[in-house]
Amino acid sequence: MATKASRSAARMMMAPAVVLLLGWMLVPLIMTLWFSFRTYLPLRGGDQGWTGFDNYVRFVTSSAFWPAVQTTLVIVIGVLAITVVLGVLLAMLLDQPMWGQGVVRILVIAPFFVMPTVSALVWKNMFMDPVNGLFSHLWRFFGAEPVSWLSDAAMPSIIMIVSWQWLPFATLILLTAIQSLDSEQLEAAEMDGAPPLKRFFFIVLPHLSRAITIVILIQTIFLLAIFAEIFVTTGGAFGTRTLSYLIFQRVLESQNVGLGSAGGVYAIILANIVAIFLMRIVGKNLDN
Amino acid sequence: MARSVTPRRKMINTGLAWAIGLLIFFPILWTILTSFKTEGQAIASPPIFLNFDWTLENYGIVMERSNYMRFLMNSIIIAGGSTILGLIVAVPAAWSMAFVPSKRTKDILLWMLSTKMLPAVGVLYPIYLLFIQLGLLDSRAGLVIVMMLINLPIIVWMLYTYFREIPGEILEAARMDGATLKEEVLYILTPMAIPGIASTMLLNFILAWNEAFWTLNLTAVNAAPLTAFIASYSSPEGLFFAKLSAASTMAIAPILILGWFSQKQLVRGLTFGAVK
Repeated sequence: MATKASRSAARMMMAPAVVLLLGWMLVPLIMTLWFSFRTYLPLRGGDQGWTGFDNYVRFVTSSAFWPAVQTTLVIVIGVLAITVVLGVLLAMLLDQPMWGQGVVRILVIAPFFVMPTVSALVWKNMFMDPVNGLFSHLWRFFGAEPVSWLSDAAMPSIIMIVSWQWLPFATLILLTAIQSLDSEQLEAAEMDGAPPLKRFFFIVLPHLSRAITIVILIQTIFLLAIFAEIFVTTGGAFGTRTLSYLIFQRVLESQNVGLGSAGGVYAIILANIVAIFLMRIVGKNLDN
Repeated sequence: MARSVTPRRKMINTGLAWAIGLLIFFPILWTILTSFKTEGQAIASPPIFLNFDWTLENYGIVMERSNYMRFLMNSIIIAGGSTILGLIVAVPAAWSMAFVPSKRTKDILLWMLSTKMLPAVGVLYPIYLLFIQLGLLDSRAGLVIVMMLINLPIIVWMLYTYFREIPGEILEAARMDGATLKEEVLYILTPMAIPGIASTMLLNFILAWNEAFWTLNLTAVNAAPLTAFIASYSSPEGLFFAKLSAASTMAIAPILILGWFSQKQLVRGLTFGAVK
């Protein structure tokens, strides 16, 4: 179908998008790489020249680096575990016959559309505030001492807030996948006397594996870059400083662009390792 | 799915699902309720659920005191502008990739998606510098450009998956019947492409509306949208629950409603049709 003329027309039509994205990727990337090899302190003398790999070494050996990596991983893995397990259970429940299914679905997916700054602030003030928050009322009602969540249990609190935001996404994707499950196969297994747990592990879970993989990979990409939730709740204090947040602090708060840029390069490498897996899966899907 | 279950079972399902649904929705519901209370009632112990004096006072104060309308306009302009601009660039690109595929089409698509994996914080300072140089810092135009670029890969991908589902046979049949190119585009392609374009538009508007990293870091006063406006409530003087709730409700209501309408597209859009 494609003639020579239509091919060159196609190239022309693609050009703006390709050029824009290439610029968006390459220009800042090259600048980041350049800065990462320099001593660059905008408020304290500006660009002071070449330093080789000093920034890279300093960033990795600073006492903040490994805790930040650890925090990042704990948040990503914690949120993934909660959202995937609860997402599977919730999707299976929502797939069952019930009254008002459409309304329940709307209630469940709502948090996904709440902007991250709003959800972080609502949780921080109205639920987790140690004096007036709803949780503190609840704790006092049961005669317990209210917890100051975001300082004493900062990580579980952040994980809880972020899980609340991402559970709808996992549920929605998994529900879509469950609905495509061949119910005859399940019924046949049921007739053959397979108990519910066996049916779940040998039929439902394998069927969901692709959707689960996609949920994990897409969420990982977003969770690695998590920012607003930490910015408005703890500001990186109480052990909630992720790698992204550490870089943000180095670059914008302490104005050490060289050091921050080296951290940025590490973050880019980390994200790309994850991205390679995502590409493989999405790429496979493109073939069929 | 037409499975037969006993009424008892259906009742249990319904009860359980509604309980969980309400639990998940509760923070949003609580925010909306609190926005109609006075500050005193908002922090009352024990908490008051429905038996309070409903008031619109908080909405009035938020609108008046913080120039809410400007933040709202900024959100609309940034989300809307970037979506429209993105579509202008992405529709021809996705169209040509779907209908004139070459050996490299797949590589280009995957490469586009890979730009989405670039951690924003890694390239924040260069963009910040460029924006200062170009006078784009804290301007709507600058934010429109950034939002357009970060969402462009998703727009292209979504449109591509939609366009690819338009069967080529229909086009060929029309050509056989002697349709001119104009008729082809006007009567066949456009009606078939519009639903896909509309859902892409919707999803991208939602993503741009809620994006917080770039808006927090590249805006200050002039171009700050609702995401940044809400963040300003995290300062110590922000412990006004009722006002915070009113501001939050006004920030999330439009997108919540849009989101509910587009939940089906959301699955396709965010997984590029990989989950059916």
